Amino acid sequence: MTFRVHVRVMPRAGLLDPQGQAVEHALGMLGFGEAARVRVGRAIELAVSAGSEDEAAARARLMCDKLLANPVTEDYTVEVEER
Amino acid sequence: MQRVAVLRFPGSNSDMDALRAAERVGCEAYFVWHRDTDLRAADVVILPGGFSYGDYLRSGAIARFSPVMQAVQRHAAEGGAVIGICNGFQILCEAGLLPGALVRNARLTFVSKPVDLRIERTDTVFTNAFASGEQIRIPVAHGDGRFVADTATLDLLEAEGRVILRYLRNGAGTEPNPNGSAHDIAGISNPSGTIVGLMPHPERVVDPMLPNAYKSKFFVSMAAWPSLTPGGRS
Repeated sequence: MTFRVHVRVMPRAGLLDPQGQAVEHALGMLGFGEAARVRVGRAIELAVSAGSEDEAAARARLMCDKLLANPVTEDYTVEVEER
Repeated sequence: MQRVAVLRFPGSNSDMDALRAAERVGCEAYFVWHRDTDLRAADVVILPGGFSYGDYLRSGAIARFSPVMQAVQRHAAEGGAVIGICNGFQILCEAGLLPGALVRNARLTFVSKPVDLRIERTDTVFTNAFASGEQIRIPVAHGDGRFVADTATLDLLEAEGRVILRYLRNGAGTEPNPNGSAHDIAGISNPSGTIVGLMPHPERVVDPMLPNAYKSKFFVSMAAWPSLTPGGRS
């Protein structure tokens, strides 16, 4: 089976995120003063061949640990959907 | 004579400068392509600056998995000297050969200018010709140079004296920390001083036409580091 995997990689909470700050500032300038705590991360989508949804998720988490996220600075979430 | 392997990744751009700087201090220097797995009995491996693999995903993240890096891991494990400059430093952190990570500069801008630094440790492959506390000015050129690590790692680096190079703080006439690095860290080493990473570019200022001869001391240090070759490295 092929699964669609959505990986979301975000800068770790507590780590200075200058991109998030810049975007938050820009939103404020545009009149969106209600926006706060903006953080900018990265979304990665991939198709994964696996025997089950759990297996696809486990493989995707391994991909995150090895490459897609930096364990020093980033956290990630994995969502799997059947195609 | 030190044998110095200068790695070349797609996107390296300080490779020729690094090679010339090594030759200038009497080393036998040569390039090793990222797909190669043979370091050809290198004593020192230099990972030069640039934008390996376009800095895709994260700086250094993809270079880490190139075939040559497996050879560098073995070389490092055997006590061989490894120097990462700028993008090379980013690769060494991604590869786990040095702790921490280098992330986007605090002010988000690419910074290319001379900065003021202090030599903090002098028993490493790249700083042994300096006096402790010596202050120097050499260029940086990076967008992702802000060193970060968790508090425990930063405390360990400080306790073990592994911060080898530190940006100066604000002062009259000072070009200070350009990127918001934790503890003003510009360069670190492993505990034994054989693996070194730094963001500034000493290889760009070794030409004798440029003032301040101290700038060549990084490469003088490298040339003076005990060679592994007589021991019969294969």
